[in-house]
Amino acid sequence: MRYLPLTQEDRADMLSVIGANSVDDFYTDVPESARLPGTVPGLPDHQGELAVERYLTKLANKNVTASESAFFVGCGAYKHHVPASVDMVIQRSEFLTTYTPYQPEIAQGTLQTLFEFQTQVAEITAMDVANASMYDGATSCAEAAVMACRATRRKKVVLSGGLHPHYAASTKLLCEAQGIEVVQLPAAIDGELELAGAVDDATACVIGQSPNVFGTITDMTPVADAAHEKKALFVSVFTEAVSLGLVKPPGEMGADIAVGEGQSIGNSLNFGGPYVGLFAATQKLVRQMPGRLCGETTDAEGKRGFVLTLSTREQHIRRDKATSNICTNSGLCALAFTAHMTLLGGKGLRDLAVLNHEAACDLADALEAVDGVEIITPRFFNEFAFRVPMNAADALQGLLDRDVVGGVRASRLYPHEDELSNVIVCAATECTTPEDIAAYASALKEILS
Amino acid sequence: MSMNSQGRPSTPVATGSQHDTETVSGSKGLYQFEPLIFETDRWGKTGVDLPKAKGTKSRLGGVERAGKAELPGLSEPETVRHYVRLSQRNYAIDLGLFPLGSCTMKHNPRLNEKMARLPGFADIHPMQPQASVQGALELIDELATWLKTLTGMPAVAMSPKAGAHGELCGMLAIRQALISRGEADTRKRVLVPASAHGTNPATAAQCGFIVDEISADKRGRVDMEDLRAKLEKTDDVAGIMLTNPNTCGLFETDIKDIADLIHEAGGYFYCDGANFNAIVGRVRPGDLGIDAMHINLHKTFSTPHGGGGPGSGPTVLSEALAPFAPVPFILKDEDGFRLVEEAEEEAKESFGRMASFHGQMGMFVRALSYMLSHGADGLKQVAEDAVLNANYIQAKLKTVMTPAFDGFCMHEALFSDKFTAEGIETIDIAKALIDEGYHPMTMYFPLVVHGAMLIEPTETESKAELDRFCGALESVARRAAQGDDTLKGAPYLAPMKRLDETQAARKPVLKWVPPAPEQLAAE
Amino acid sequence: MTVKYTEDHEWVSVEGDTAIVGITSYAAEQLGDVVFVELPEEGRNSNKGDELAVVESVKAASDVYAPVSGIVKEANSELEGAPETVNQDPEGKGWFVKMLITDPTQLDAMMDADAYKAFCADL
Ligand SMILES: Cc1ncc(COP(=O)(O)O)c(C=O)c1O
Repeated sequence: MRYLPLTQEDRADMLSVIGANSVDDFYTDVPESARLPGTVPGLPDHQGELAVERYLTKLANKNVTASESAFFVGCGAYKHHVPASVDMVIQRSEFLTTYTPYQPEIAQGTLQTLFEFQTQVAEITAMDVANASMYDGATSCAEAAVMACRATRRKKVVLSGGLHPHYAASTKLLCEAQGIEVVQLPAAIDGELELAGAVDDATACVIGQSPNVFGTITDMTPVADAAHEKKALFVSVFTEAVSLGLVKPPGEMGADIAVGEGQSIGNSLNFGGPYVGLFAATQKLVRQMPGRLCGETTDAEGKRGFVLTLSTREQHIRRDKATSNICTNSGLCALAFTAHMTLLGGKGLRDLAVLNHEAACDLADALEAVDGVEIITPRFFNEFAFRVPMNAADALQGLLDRDVVGGVRASRLYPHEDELSNVIVCAATECTTPEDIAAYASALKEILS
Repeated sequence: MSMNSQGRPSTPVATGSQHDTETVSGSKGLYQFEPLIFETDRWGKTGVDLPKAKGTKSRLGGVERAGKAELPGLSEPETVRHYVRLSQRNYAIDLGLFPLGSCTMKHNPRLNEKMARLPGFADIHPMQPQASVQGALELIDELATWLKTLTGMPAVAMSPKAGAHGELCGMLAIRQALISRGEADTRKRVLVPASAHGTNPATAAQCGFIVDEISADKRGRVDMEDLRAKLEKTDDVAGIMLTNPNTCGLFETDIKDIADLIHEAGGYFYCDGANFNAIVGRVRPGDLGIDAMHINLHKTFSTPHGGGGPGSGPTVLSEALAPFAPVPFILKDEDGFRLVEEAEEEAKESFGRMASFHGQMGMFVRALSYMLSHGADGLKQVAEDAVLNANYIQAKLKTVMTPAFDGFCMHEALFSDKFTAEGIETIDIAKALIDEGYHPMTMYFPLVVHGAMLIEPTETESKAELDRFCGALESVARRAAQGDDTLKGAPYLAPMKRLDETQAARKPVLKWVPPAPEQLAAE
Repeated sequence: MTVKYTEDHEWVSVEGDTAIVGITSYAAEQLGDVVFVELPEEGRNSNKGDELAVVESVKAASDVYAPVSGIVKEANSELEGAPETVNQDPEGKGWFVKMLITDPTQLDAMMDADAYKAFCADL
């Protein structure tokens, strides 16, 4: 076995140092009936590198990749270009194969990058503080809801009709397990502001999203004002981090907590994971935050360094009273995020956002020109929804037959909303070419005529 | 007030460190000084070349950012240097033995990295049509089959994103099962050993359960008497969360009785599978009577820890809990593989959805690559070598250090601080190991052993490396036993001396802030 | 003014119907460097034994229980910016809260200084 350095002689020598006859001696605590006589039945034996590589490559080749087709799928994950140097950075052994930085004297590499990551996330969301990452956008959203309940000592949260249904479901699940009431407003293309009318004195927080799952962008300041009026919190969600370069960020709308998906910056699509949940808040709420926080300090000689801090919030110290059960987070994806942000800078992020927006405008113009297409997202960044005069699933299949991966049918996210059955949500990014857009429009024209 | 008895120093003491040559640049030979990116002159610049925008179209409707995001943008050479220099301040498994108990820091095969980066896995979208991702769904299904076979369990939930998220999955399945029995409001108590990892009680609490702690016996296992006492009242018991092999590195001898007792009480058995590496390929947890168990793919199945994540925590479930598994999951029919994404119809009893999408695909590819490489025979050898290596360390050090319990251990060796002289603590030994070129062991965990030192070498260490490590630790342990005060200033040879954690927590500085103007003027 | 002590290492200094509550020097020493104290809001009504405050060091968080039943009149806001006061002067400037006592008889069962000293010596 190429990954196991011990030889038979080593094993024999070691057993004699230990004073054991065979490794079976170490397993005598295992109940007799649970000791397998040989290997686990039903599984093959080991294979060489070449054989494994061939087999997995064959599986990989059965999938249609985002780069080999005209590709317009969004809804919470986005096809963006990742600079080559980002992948090189995360493949550095010292980042890839290290653990959580519990021993700061020999983990300043990870710690400094986390400090930079937290600073970047706080800046782009326009919030005071950010943590060192969560699993993904949906779990960040769920944690924000329970954090708001803890901070306000209330037990009710209200979700907008434009919150990504997967985020809503994850949030509902965690809240209900803790006896928190969840009010879900009906699905709405442009309904984030309705949250303002749904706050009462029992509400811990209202959760709205911009751009929302239909791509609609909204200045949610009135929602924040209404929440604060009732001493409730406003949680602002995003699934497309690139939008923060151009669109009004949570901090400019009065958000108390900002959560979202960071995949778009530095991370590949990966069929849904691993991604990186972003989590930011106001200074006042810092001790209620879930997850790890990296802070600045000095060493015994007065040199600046970084450590994990405010750990008494966390499970390894506070146990059943912790702010969250999270331990392992998305460290390496956060590193990819921060390395990409370091290349972009504030200017690059804005330029990238502008390109994304223009690509989506071009796409909208092209699709609008197709007879029967009605764009229903009033204001958008790089993603929008449109109606077709037929079942959206059939339209998407027709597009796929013509090598266009046209987006997500709204009915996949809202199986019970009949009026959404002919709605497609599509996204464009800097990766979208004019040829892709032309191919989309002409394929759709064929299908609809 | 309630007090934690295992406080430890968090403010460094001033030490007479060896003479150090100061340089003008802050660099020292190959050790390059590296400032924060915010301390460079790259404000307002960018390190990417993007096509020029036309600047003619907008459908933003005025919902625009008012203030710019002010962040520096470094050129590629500066960026690469920044991270390569910083990387050199990190210890890593690729540099040496990383004996962090409970964390299973084993070698991460590079084939796995290569496979995970195949565009057919890395460049596919979770919401693209299912007909276009049949290979990906097949891979997840195959990994699920491996996990079910290795654990001897009938079902597995693939979406949990790490071990703690898997715990959440298992406990939510238990909650849902209790709801279906109409007992969710009465069965609220979950038994958790005092030795448990912090995620166990935190998870139970997150699901609305009440944690009832059970003590450990003198052998480091569940105190059966205490357990029986805690189960005298049964109608409020939801279940037990038990790590096996446990956090003391020992197999729970009475595990089958524990399973029977908890089932008789009407509860469920959650097993924390973080330590599966000790038994993979040799023992199937399904043969022990468990109802749910997470598997940290980033431990047993070698996916890299990445400086804190990502992980992946597929959770196997018994027949009793399988119907309540989260969505999405994969079914196979004559048209191929498909995802069940809503908690209705064939998933009508599902407790719901836990995450944005289908799970940690990137980790799935790596884990399957690892499993296929090892096969059933290799995985059995993995467990045996991991246990052999840990026992070898225990045997070599048991005369200089104090083993926490008698007898053989499983995949990790646990010592208490009993052998140290007055004034020398576990943390001093840990920091002195850094000077010897090793990452310290897990310290002060599990809580049931005073000044705990938990050493997990894993199977990917050679005998020669184990000998070197034992030699280094033995010398440090002898100094600790003799009361060598210089240990208190360790590490001396690391990039940094001990850091002041008290200052960090009293006056938290959690992001870079521009220096005040007067300070700038003074420079 | 009488000072009483609990087995949970809180001290209570009573003047009229007001009690000043803090943690003892012994407790402060055991905790190590205090980095944060979470205090209750004014007006909170606490029963004896309820969680009143949380005192944190870097590696531990400990609950402080109400030694007597009462209403919180004032929390020591000094501790917010200077938690180290708890280490420097635990039984003086490092006080936690002032409470309006609702049941003075609860004080009778508590230890006086000598008894508490003996209690700590046995730990
Ligand atoms: C015993 C034990 N249980 C649970 C966990 C939590 O797993 P994760 O960090 O993947 O969430 C860990 C590891 O950190 C562990 O060691």
